[in-house]
Amino acid sequence: VNVSYYPGCSLEGTAIDYAASIGGVSSLLDLTLTELDDWNCCGATAAHSTNHELSLALPARNLALAEAAGRDVVVPCALCFNRLKVAEKALKGPEGAHLGIPYGGDIKIWDLLDYLTQEAYLKELAPKVVQPLTGLKAVGYYGCMVARPPAITDKQDAENPQNLERLLQVLGAEPLDWSFKTDCCGAGLAVARPDIIDTLVQRLYERALRAGADCFVVSCQMCQANLDMPQKRISKQFGQDYYLPVFYFTELIGLALGHPDVKKWLAGHLVDPLPLLERQGLI
Amino acid sequence: MPTTFAAPLEPSFSLAERLAGLTSVSACYQCKKCSAGCPLTFAMDFYPDQVIRLALLGQEAQVLGCRTIWVCSSCETCTTRCPNNIDIAGVMDWLKEEAIRSGQASPQPGVTGFHQTFLDTVRLAGGRLSEPLLLGLYQLRRGGTLEKIKSGALVEDLRMAWELARRRRLVPRLPHRLKGAKEIKDIFKKSHLQATQEKP
Repeated sequence: VNVSYYPGCSLEGTAIDYAASIGGVSSLLDLTLTELDDWNCCGATAAHSTNHELSLALPARNLALAEAAGRDVVVPCALCFNRLKVAEKALKGPEGAHLGIPYGGDIKIWDLLDYLTQEAYLKELAPKVVQPLTGLKAVGYYGCMVARPPAITDKQDAENPQNLERLLQVLGAEPLDWSFKTDCCGAGLAVARPDIIDTLVQRLYERALRAGADCFVVSCQMCQANLDMPQKRISKQFGQDYYLPVFYFTELIGLALGHPDVKKWLAGHLVDPLPLLERQGLI
Repeated sequence: MPTTFAAPLEPSFSLAERLAGLTSVSACYQCKKCSAGCPLTFAMDFYPDQVIRLALLGQEAQVLGCRTIWVCSSCETCTTRCPNNIDIAGVMDWLKEEAIRSGQASPQPGVTGFHQTFLDTVRLAGGRLSEPLLLGLYQLRRGGTLEKIKSGALVEDLRMAWELARRRRLVPRLPHRLKGAKEIKDIFKKSHLQATQEKP
């Protein structure tokens, strides 16, 4: 299967490890991700917070490119996905004509997690698992933007998505139920108000531990950054020695399917997952 | 004994009318579900339901000048759960944009400055964000470097930058020039014009 791929800016930068694991996983599956030629920034939170017009026009250009490419577009970044969906609704609605960007709306915009957890892929994955992730107790953390608001994302299960858990089961891990899988990590406030991130994320650590988790599994690089990068700082501040590695779901697919580059991907994390994986005999 | 009374509230419906193109704040029946589910209330001066109420009552100075609109993380929980389909997170965005347009000083200059620097970076880099450039420009723009040195925050920032750099996650590169650089420039120009005009 050949689909268009819109990586978004951070997958060329701070989330380059996520990008590498996505490339690795697609090579293990019947999936060709063709990067959308000449894509631009979606404008992110900065645009929708300060300039409505810009927040539609930037992603709309990408949709026009995707439509010209003639294939569905898959998006790994939760916020990019959300902004493309917002632009899709706007282009199809009364604001569409005003934006002056031609878009017929015949392609589908997918977030990567949804795309890879379709029945067909889960079926394809199952027999390829060579290293079941037995004993890995994980909470799935979806964050906000792939699901909310459902009027934009077209998701039926915005309050309690289940596809990460289904995937983890296929990979042999032990997904744990918890009530905070779509709670906010503070996202783009990380630079200007790190204190807010600390409060929100420390709550998530506590709730994950209470659920019995050894680690988080995420599908958003902003969630990954906010749970992973300040873990030392938060530990110090709250006088707790938190050790909760934060995996991208693609890294765990790679691990279970025996991709040779998994250690390289994991080396990008600030909280080193290797001690956990060694303890579980998974690496 | 002198008695003081709060100034009588003078409701005005002009703000609600201007918001009507986006969403109907007058549909709010104050169930407060938005505030109950909001993860950021600890950092806010008004709760989300109060912002909606104040907007409905036309208390423009209060809603445009409040901290709430800037510490809202746009997680969209309120919008998702509102039983009256009020796009509360959308109202927060509308108010932020309007606060900037009307020249209102931001009570959260760091957050406002970050958004503006982010967009400047995308524009300067020709259409895609350069994270090292964003972080550098933001530090310059925000100032307070001396305080950051004294408090040790700058050392922390630099340590984090180094941790990312040695993992090749923060590498300064020349911006990738898009074929559509001219289109991007035009999009910025056109939307800047729109944003500086008074909303209907």
